[in-house]
Amino acid sequence: MEKVSIEELQKKANEIRKDIIKMLLEAGSGHSAGPLGMADVFTALYFAILNHDPKRPDWPERDRVILSNGHIAPVLYATLAHAGYFPLTKLKTLRKLGSGLQGHPERKRLPGVETTSGPLGSGLAQAAGYAYAARMDGARFRVFCLTSDAEHQEGNHWEAVAFAGKYSLSNLTCIVDRNNIQISGHTEDIMPLEPLEDKYKAFNWHVIGIDGHNIEEIIDAVNQARAVYENPTVIIAHTIPGKGVSFMEGLPEWHGKSPNSEEAKRAFADLRTLGGKIKSEHE
Amino acid sequence: MITKSAKLNPKIFEKDVEMVATRQGYGEGLVLAGEKDEKVVVLSADLKESTRSILFEERFPDRYIEVGVAEQALATIAAGMANYGKIPFISSYAAFSPGRNWEQIRTTIALNDVPVKIVGAHAGLTVGPDGATHQMLEDISIMRAMPNMIVIAPCDFLEAKKATMEAARNGKPTYLRFAREKTPVFTTEETPFKIGRAETFWESKEPMVAMVACGPLLYEALLASKELDKGGIESLVINCHTIKPLDEQAIVRAAKTTGAVVTVEENQITGGLGGAVSEILAKNFPTPMEFIGMPGSFGESGEPDELLEKYGMRAKHIIEAAKRVIARKSS
Repeated sequence: MEKVSIEELQKKANEIRKDIIKMLLEAGSGHSAGPLGMADVFTALYFAILNHDPKRPDWPERDRVILSNGHIAPVLYATLAHAGYFPLTKLKTLRKLGSGLQGHPERKRLPGVETTSGPLGSGLAQAAGYAYAARMDGARFRVFCLTSDAEHQEGNHWEAVAFAGKYSLSNLTCIVDRNNIQISGHTEDIMPLEPLEDKYKAFNWHVIGIDGHNIEEIIDAVNQARAVYENPTVIIAHTIPGKGVSFMEGLPEWHGKSPNSEEAKRAFADLRTLGGKIKSEHE
Repeated sequence: MITKSAKLNPKIFEKDVEMVATRQGYGEGLVLAGEKDEKVVVLSADLKESTRSILFEERFPDRYIEVGVAEQALATIAAGMANYGKIPFISSYAAFSPGRNWEQIRTTIALNDVPVKIVGAHAGLTVGPDGATHQMLEDISIMRAMPNMIVIAPCDFLEAKKATMEAARNGKPTYLRFAREKTPVFTTEETPFKIGRAETFWESKEPMVAMVACGPLLYEALLASKELDKGGIESLVINCHTIKPLDEQAIVRAAKTTGAVVTVEENQITGGLGGAVSEILAKNFPTPMEFIGMPGSFGESGEPDELLEKYGMRAKHIIEAAKRVIARKSS
């Protein structure tokens, strides 16, 4: 993959955020906060980290991305389209009848979607199964699992943490979107997750904590994980839910809803100016 | 009389007919499937001895994966392995898998459309003394409701072996149901078996009633037919090992031939084989029916024989049901 500068990646993430808002506005339902918060991680993965080929989505040697919290599908779809898996024009069909862009991702419905997800807590186990099977065959690709923080309240997830720890699945990297919110409020009020890093360590995982909006840190953490041969790695990416749209940032009420046209307009204004950092080119 | 083409064990009705559990057929079938295809892997949730997946572990230790007492992980890890290209068999008791992990099976196996084989051992009432918690009687119903899922309940040791081997190569999400108890081996290696095709095991000249059965209770249905024959009531018995997809043609043909149907299963009548057959007949050829199976209650501790007696699943109950349904036909 050709080298892309950090600045270009930041711009790409911003384009992806704009498309997320457009898609959600068009769909009239869906989740806003998570997709915006994970735009930097997705951009870093698909434009700087993954060994993949959007023209050959079934290429056997591709790195695998298992999205566990399927409700952040808009950021997956927007990123896949920007990467070239399918035309950008398809994005407006999100959640519409007959679209490959289902409300929650479904395998076989859309190029680049590796698995079906939505019900929480089941992605890491699938990724671990993938990683285990790949290692059996000596395959060299890496498996990435993207999870939310709140889905760590699911037992299924911890079963997988134990499994990957027991079998030292070093070809597996889990990236946790630690945005501290879930549909009914803040994670630490609903059912506390901390000390999250210590919990993973106790299961024999290598743990890295990063700023999930700092693309350099994301790339560095993944490279560090590659160099760890004894353990699976978890990257706890501290993110701001709704990142990039000032009136959504940090608010649980934006977990599970989409913007109306007035809100979308304000969101575009925020994103166009990169939060006031650059001058608005168009109104 | 016994259908010739079924090539059943000549000793079928003799006292010393061999007794082997269907779960043993699973274990032996697994080894054969593993020899044929190196993509076959087996995952166990701490029950390798009793589910007989230990036989596969002994033969292919590198392709056997222990996940611990974690049935949700059992299903989802297997889903990931199948997504990669393996053919995983996941072994536990039916009460826990698919009992506990039904949603994981639905989302990551059935909707994902990956060829994981879910193996529910110790299914049915005959797990006996363990009691209601372990007597899985709803698995046929809940798995049959799931799109993309094949559902098979083999009738004896040899059919269990064949079903396991065929499931390994059908490329589909598949549920296989096995029992703990030793039951008569009344089929032979030559008895035809094809997923989705029901076989007629008994057909007298002018059958007045058809028994449609799955699992080891099929043997009770054959005993019932033999007894009914003596009393001048001729019948027909269908081995309906595949509950989904149901062999609709065979069911409708049996109903048209006899005009009366009794379903026989070690599962809740609600939504099970009885439910499946009713759906087909109500639509295509409405026929009086009687149902042998669990009547909407939980089981309890007891010896297998005592339980089958108490909950009405023996040959004598099938005979009574046959007589009832024949009477309804003429009324």
